[in-house]
Parts: sequence; C-alpha cells; structure tokens
Amino acid sequence: MSKSKLTTMREAIARHVPSGSMVVLGTQLAQMIPFAAGHELIRQGKRDLTLAGPASDILFDQLIGAGCVSRVMASWIGNLTGGVGYCFRRAVERQIPQRVDTVDYTNFTMALALHAAAMGVPFMPTYSTFGSDLNAKNGNLREFPSPVNEDKLIAVRALRPDVAIVQVQRADQGGNAHLWGSLGVAVDAARAARSVIVIAEEIVAPEVIASDPNRTLIPEFLVAAVVHEPFGAHPSPVQGYYGRDHAFFTQYHEQSRELDDFEQWLQRWVLRVPGRPEYVKQLGDCRVGELAVRQHAYSAPADFGY
Amino acid sequence: MGRAERKYGIIVAPLPAGTAASKEYSLTELMVIAGAREIADGEMVLVGMRLAMLAYLVAKRTHAPNAIGLYDNGIIRTAATTEPLYTVGDPANIGGATQCGQTLDVMGYLQQGRVQVGFVGAAEVDRCGNVNALWGSNGSEAHRLPGAGGGCDIACLAQRSVVMIAHDRNRLRERVGHITSPGYGSGNGWREAHRLPARTGPSAIITDLGVMRFGSDGEAFLASIHPGVQVEQVLAATGWSLRVADALLDTSPPSATELEALRSADPNHFWTR
Repeated sequence: MSKSKLTTMREAIARHVPSGSMVVLGTQLAQMIPFAAGHELIRQGKRDLTLAGPASDILFDQLIGAGCVSRVMASWIGNLTGGVGYCFRRAVERQIPQRVDTVDYTNFTMALALHAAAMGVPFMPTYSTFGSDLNAKNGNLREFPSPVNEDKLIAVRALRPDVAIVQVQRADQGGNAHLWGSLGVAVDAARAARSVIVIAEEIVAPEVIASDPNRTLIPEFLVAAVVHEPFGAHPSPVQGYYGRDHAFFTQYHEQSRELDDFEQWLQRWVLRVPGRPEYVKQLGDCRVGELAVRQHAYSAPADFGY
Repeated sequence: MGRAERKYGIIVAPLPAGTAASKEYSLTELMVIAGAREIADGEMVLVGMRLAMLAYLVAKRTHAPNAIGLYDNGIIRTAATTEPLYTVGDPANIGGATQCGQTLDVMGYLQQGRVQVGFVGAAEVDRCGNVNALWGSNGSEAHRLPGAGGGCDIACLAQRSVVMIAHDRNRLRERVGHITSPGYGSGNGWREAHRLPARTGPSAIITDLGVMRFGSDGEAFLASIHPGVQVEQVLAATGWSLRVADALLDTSPPSATELEALRSADPNHFWTR
C-alpha cells in the first residue's frame, strides 16, 4: 500500500499553494468546483495568484474580490446563473481591491493548452479563434503554417500550472482518484500541473479504486496531497453526492453587487468560518438536506474478472 | 428609440384547435422557440448555456427528437433531460447521458465539422454577425463581461451558429468593438481570408422581435417578424440600417406543444418571462 497523503485542507493549501502560484481549478466546469479549497486560499491570505481554468462559476469572482489574484487565464469569469461577476468587474475596471490582468481563452483553447502540457509538447494546433480578437491579444495563441499541408493553424501554447486543485467523488489515501460525470478538463489539468491537490467527498480503500480502474482518472503519482472534505464543492454540485444550490448563486449575485455587501458576504461565509464543517453547519440541516440526492442511480457493475 | 418604447408585452396567439395550452406567450418565449426551430431532427448540436439549453430541450421534445446534444463539459446526450436545467453541469443533465467525456472530445467533434449547429452567447452582435462577449459599453463606460466560454469555438467551427439576443439598438450594433466570436467579419470572403473552415458561419440572429438571416454578402437582413411586431419597430431597435427581405415572413407563433415543452423546461420562469 502506498503511503498516505491524507492531510487537512489548511495544511494542503499552506504547503502546496504559496503566494504567486499559478493554480488551475474549476476544471469540471459547472460541477465539482473546489469552493472549500478556494475559501482556504482566502483565509490564508494568499496573494498574487494566477488563476487558470476554463471557468469556476463564482469562485474566481470570490478569490478576486478577496484580493488573492493578480492574473486570470480563463474563458469565462462570472456567475453562471446570475450573469456578470461583480468583483471581477470591479478589479478589471477600477482596480478594486487591486488590478487583475486577464489572458482570455475559449473553452477549447484552454483545454488544448492543458492538453499540450499533459502531452509534454510546447503547443497544440487548432482552427479555433481565427478571426477572433482573442488571438490578437492573447500571446499564447499564435498563427503558424502547417508543416504537412497548406493550412495555417493556431498554436495554443502549453500551460503548466504550479498546482491543480481537483474535486473528486472518491480517492484512496495515496491519491488515486475516481471521478465521474462532468469531467471537463480535469484529467489534462492534473497531468499538466506540477502538483495536484485532490479534494475528495469520500476516502475509500485502495481495493475500491482497483475494482474499477477505468474510473481512476488521476493516478497517485501525480498527487501531492489528499483532503477529505465532504460538501467541499458546495454550492456547485457533485454527481451522486449533492445537487447545485441555485439560490446560493443568486444570493451571491445580489450580495456582491456592491463592495460593502461583498465584504460582509466574505466575512460571513469565508473569513469568520474556520473550515468546511462549520460552513456546512452554517448552511443548516434543512438546506443541506434539500440538496441531497433524491434518487440514487448506480451504474451496472463492470466485470474485470479473468 | 429607447428601452421604454420596446414592446415586450404579453400578446395573444391563435389557440390551436383541441388544445388546452395557454394561449398567451411572451416574445422572449417565442425567441427561444424560434431558436429551437433552427435545430433539424438528427443534427448534432453544441448546446451552450442559458437560453440555448432551453431551445435544445424544446427541439428535442417537439420536432427534433433525434437531435444529439453536446455540452462543453464533455457530456453527450441523445435523450433529453426531464428536469429543468440551470447549468449544463446540473446533475440532471448528467444522469441519463449517453457519454460523459472530456471537453476536448466534444470540441474535437466540433473541429471535425460533425456539429451542424451551435448557439453562441452574445452581449452584442453586429450587422455581419460578429459577437462581442468581452467588453460591453454603456455610453462612454466600458464594462468587462464574462468572456467567450465556448462561444468563439462554436462561431469558428460549427456548420451553422445561432445567436439569441434581446433586440436593442445598444446590443445590435453597426460594428462590435471587440470580436470575441467571429461572424462574417466585414462581409463576404472575410472568413476565408481569416482561415476559418469552409462551410461554417452564422445562420441566424434571433431576437424577441424577429429573425435575421445572412445574405451572400455576409450582412444580416430581417427574414421574419414576430406576431404583433411592426417592421418600423425592428428597424428603430437595430443599430444599423437593417435590410428587410422582399418576402418578409411572419414568425409562426408557438404551437401549444412548443410552449408546453418550453414551460416544462423552465417551469419557474428562471430564464424566460
């Protein structure tokens, strides 16, 4: 059995995400966004982070509003059901709480940037973004002539984050992780990053992982730390564990419109909350219960026998 | 013409015989239903967010039951969801999926040219179908918007791309200040010159007042007008001198089935009013 990498959220973030890091998160798009990890980044006062990823719903906005971020490399920064991200807007337009630079991607080109790093090559080619002002302004998207035909393509430069924070359904103590449902760019992000923090709803025995190796999308040798953090993705959903708290996103939208309101929101939901268990308590049993899976839908077992 | 003069109200549509569906609908509902009609049965659709999720569900439940939905998060569905969706990552959009792949898998199908139609989110769109999703303007103030998402990829690579947007002259502009997702650029030949794949490009801009399509010169023209809307009203709400088709059509009002499909997909009117 491999050695345990189980640790607390506080320790994982303290050890593996120094200020100034490039962090990829929100890799499964609207699902499994590592909010608990993001809130710990805020509580520990990380500064000068570069956030990377296709999108992270309102987590990017919160990290920006809390002053942790100096650069965002992403395709979409806002509130999926609310619209704009007000903290992001304040930072870009008025440098509140500080200036944030953006390097704008599309979902495809962000996926390709991580894929190139995952493959160990300097770029991946695409026909996307031709004619878009994005490739005129993002120096990581460069036109080049195809060496094998007459086409021109866009080279998407490999993106190698310092750390990937990936929320999963279950993992063993060594970091072998099962995830399913919305995968997005998670697999390539884990391979692309220099180290990976796995945030798991459940810690399971290695035998459970080994029983279904097709579902092991992150192997232990990529992983630096494993954190057991139930409800760690709330208000985003985790397939098979809990649903999306739509009202929370709407409430955040209202409560982040004005700077003072956002600061109160941040105090209430992040800064005055020691960790995820207390956060869940603050949500209340009723709200947590409403998000529970109403009808389980287990896959048929696959026979790995021989 | 300012916002106050825009016609948004509930209008009365003819009630199809023998149905008990609501006879009232809003022009926003008709916009989504007209979006659904852009999907032909059996087509592969890169769905996108927000109103596009609803348009796809309406198509699946009415005239296009065999359409295949692809989502940016890697989900591929041949069966429509039965529950309302707020995001494409909602658990209800994943339970019962045909395949849960990766973003790259879906984008690969798009780049191969297999995807017939995709929906592009837009804050502004211009006379040649170019979309701005990055920098909005409100008078002299510039506002940073969320960004391209997968919209630019769809606009570049789908055989047909469709924009749904509220009809307002501040949003339908002569020329967008930032081309986030390319349409026909400055007109005919521009996409080829900018090395975008052949047989791709915008096919419709659908608003709450009408449907615009594109001439061979790459410029949008008014192709159909929604019930109760006047041509002058559309022209006044458009930021350029919009051409009108010689044979201007009337947009068919929602059928009872279409309206029922839409309202079951958005029962709390979260997206449509």
